[in-house]
Amino acid sequence: MIEGILVEGLIYGIMVLGVFITFRVLDFPDLTVDGSFPLGAALMVQGLLLGMNGWLALLIAFIGGVLAGVVTALIHNHLKVPNLLAGILTMTMLYSINIRILGNRANVPVLDQDTLLSDVSNRLSGIIPDDYILLLFFVVVSITIKLLIDLFFRTDLGMTIGAMGNNEQMVISQGINPKTLKTIGLGLSNGLVAVSGAFAAQYLGFADVGLGQGIIISGLASVMIGEFLIMKSNRIGVLTFCALAGSVLFHAVMYLGRYYGYIIKMTPSDLNLIKGLLIIILLILTQSRKLKMAAFRVRVQK
Amino acid sequence: MIVIKNVSVTFNQGTVNENQALRDINLNVREGDFITIIGSNGAGKSTLFNLIAGTIPPTTGTIHAGGRNITREPEYKRARYIGRIFQNPLLGTASNMSLEDNMMITYRKGFKWLKRSLTSKMKEYFRTELLQLKMGLEHRMKENLLMFSGGQRQALTLLMMVLSKPALIMLDEHTAALDPKNAEIVLELTDKFIREYKLTSMMITHNMNHAIEYGNRLLMMDRGEIIFDVSGDEKKELTVEKLIEKFHELRHHGFENDRALLAE
Repeated sequence: MIEGILVEGLIYGIMVLGVFITFRVLDFPDLTVDGSFPLGAALMVQGLLLGMNGWLALLIAFIGGVLAGVVTALIHNHLKVPNLLAGILTMTMLYSINIRILGNRANVPVLDQDTLLSDVSNRLSGIIPDDYILLLFFVVVSITIKLLIDLFFRTDLGMTIGAMGNNEQMVISQGINPKTLKTIGLGLSNGLVAVSGAFAAQYLGFADVGLGQGIIISGLASVMIGEFLIMKSNRIGVLTFCALAGSVLFHAVMYLGRYYGYIIKMTPSDLNLIKGLLIIILLILTQSRKLKMAAFRVRVQK
Repeated sequence: MIVIKNVSVTFNQGTVNENQALRDINLNVREGDFITIIGSNGAGKSTLFNLIAGTIPPTTGTIHAGGRNITREPEYKRARYIGRIFQNPLLGTASNMSLEDNMMITYRKGFKWLKRSLTSKMKEYFRTELLQLKMGLEHRMKENLLMFSGGQRQALTLLMMVLSKPALIMLDEHTAALDPKNAEIVLELTDKFIREYKLTSMMITHNMNHAIEYGNRLLMMDRGEIIFDVSGDEKKELTVEKLIEKFHELRHHGFENDRALLAE
């Protein structure tokens, strides 16, 4: 059970890192995610079915996600569409595109196909206990991605993107077009989300157009759990770690809801309500903590 | 250096809310000028800055910089040679980032690539530059700017803008939101930097004494027009009384209402 939660948490953690980039770093609430997650899944599964190398298929999924993000950025930048609506537009269009990619089907299984995961399992089986192979694999994958993101946000370009989320005027004053930075940020974010979708499809054994439904809420809840548990920091390494940890914890809660929810007569369809309530509770808790901190600061100053 | 020819700006043209913010402005900002600009609210001072910075386009007329027509150049491109500081001290820096990160971002203008320029050598350079501010900020390089006062942030914005060596700096009442003590510090720093680095500058102020004390040229604006442009010895001999008299002579309207704003 623990390794299941961890594996799921880490797979979706890659998506949470993407959501973290848009919501927290760019300050751009991007709903493209609901479409780019199944896009990654569809591209991956279709790539595998075509007999492609797994890593190549993953790369294509990443590129597909990047393009989805770029489309949202272009709609927002050039047509002056508000960011939420731009994301919804792309997400809606992706629904049709994803079904096209899956060959006019809503669900395509890859159960009898070689996937990246079955490949890794075969290679490591016997060396490591079977139960822990996937866990180890996803720990390595998610930590590598996290470290790459940390590295990116410490470069000049990455820091400027961070500054834009904070203060767009400052970036303009530096002679940089904020539209370019938004395009890069959204591309990167949705690329990660698509990679997460690609891994999820292999783990679940199928790609489904409905995979992305409400994924943005899961991502946001995970980001918020991570932020709530660990004190505020300005170090990108800590923040990305919080995002991953938040994802694991969120999936632990969802896991409990799914398998033990029946005790309080909960059905799987209640999970969306739980996700929403979880976010609302976190918002309330964060608010009251902020107020307490402010009150504390006032007292100290006096 | 910056030449503004027959520029007018009209907001909401063709509607009942039509408002002519600038009327047929002609201005030649010469290299090395330090221009102070005064005028009551709605005189068009900030609109003039927005126009030069490229935040808003002119309705008619042209703007040239160094002989090049920049009338249609977007704001972010002009920002590479025009530095601007706003009244709001939060607009120049990023609150949720450390001092050294902020300095790195503002150090060089233009697009930044996947390089990591914040080396220990760079940090040392920033530290020595921060000494100029005499605020002890050199010991707080890793702190978030959220923890800094408005005066400190404005001084920092000023320093970073100066280090990027812009061809023109525009100060839009950059000390108005600060307490008197910090305002004085920032203003003195401004004057020091402008002299030291021989910067071409424009400064909007509501304080007539400052407008007279600083700079080599003074513009008085009213209702979208530059009504008085004085420089050299004539500027040196100005007093607040003479300015008010001049205003009265040029304009016979609404002076009493404006008096409070102009004289502070």
